[in-house]
Amino acid sequence: MSTTDTEMDRLHDLLVARAGDADLLDVAYRVHDSPVGALLLAATGRGVVRVAFDSEGHDAVLADLAERVSPRVLSAPGRLDAAARQLDDYFAGRATSVEVPVDLQLLGGYRREVVEALPRIAYGRTATYAEVAGLTGRPRAVRAVGSACANNPVPLLLPCHRVVRSDGSEGGYRGGPEAKHLLLRLEAEGEGTVGGSTVAP
Amino acid sequence: MSLPPFELVVREHGPRVLAVCRGRVEAADVDDAWSETFVAALRAWPDLPADLDVEAWLVTVARRKCIDIHRARSRRRTDPVAELPERATEDPEPQDEGVWRHVAALPHKQRHVITYRYLGGLSYAQIVDLVGGSEAAARRAASDGLKTLREKEIR
Repeated sequence: MSTTDTEMDRLHDLLVARAGDADLLDVAYRVHDSPVGALLLAATGRGVVRVAFDSEGHDAVLADLAERVSPRVLSAPGRLDAAARQLDDYFAGRATSVEVPVDLQLLGGYRREVVEALPRIAYGRTATYAEVAGLTGRPRAVRAVGSACANNPVPLLLPCHRVVRSDGSEGGYRGGPEAKHLLLRLEAEGEGTVGGSTVAP
Repeated sequence: MSLPPFELVVREHGPRVLAVCRGRVEAADVDDAWSETFVAALRAWPDLPADLDVEAWLVTVARRKCIDIHRARSRRRTDPVAELPERATEDPEPQDEGVWRHVAALPHKQRHVITYRYLGGLSYAQIVDLVGGSEAAARRAASDGLKTLREKEIR
């Protein structure tokens, strides 16, 4: 790293601190490595607003956040220390959930209800799209559940990877089918019960 | 047209602003000049016209921050009394970052003309090229906008 890069990093840190003091840091983000690839983690003052996979294109996701949340976007890894640490624990099998505040402002209406219901599917278990539709009190909204899961702004934190097809196949995932498979296998091993299909009340 | 994430602005223009600050203030003040420039820019960022010449604008903000720092330093050096009342500035340029909240509340045309004139440092002829209308109308919009800002006791 050149002297200028080090100097710019130091000044950038100073800017983040001062922007925070002036309440001008609307969206803070960091990139965090994981077994499912580099994850973009972004947070507002209310909580984590977006978790994005490499395949989504992190630059495109940041541009989308600038448009839909606020263009006051800065790299501020410290703001996402708790989320990053808990994700590490989850991937290492030391934790069954990531308990950080989330900000669901990117989702409205029924889609939001769906993703809010996802934590009711226990770690190591799965539920079908139809079962999740039932959980939200709208048993016929199977298709809407599918699109809500596909648009979950905070995958991993709200476990849309636990929602599978009724024919037993794993189905699609924002982070790709391999990522979904890896997560389901990780949880099945952690739980010791493979392929259960139980939903918490 | 939407504005890019501010992080890109810092990465792209940070070194240029650093060069401006290094050329204009003492080494001990460079960090302040640089970070105050970008804090002011971050504050104004969501309200700026998307077609603004960002680098020219940032250089103008940086020069102004450097002048502020010089003034603050020379006041401290020459005045035996630390807390003299703030002297009214000779020009109507907004000095305070807080002004942006009020600028953002101005009507569209006034906001754009004031941003171009006082932060972009453009002439009225150049502003007319960007926003259309006549020079006289642009001057009037600037003057009306400044009047509103003065009424809010912003100088």
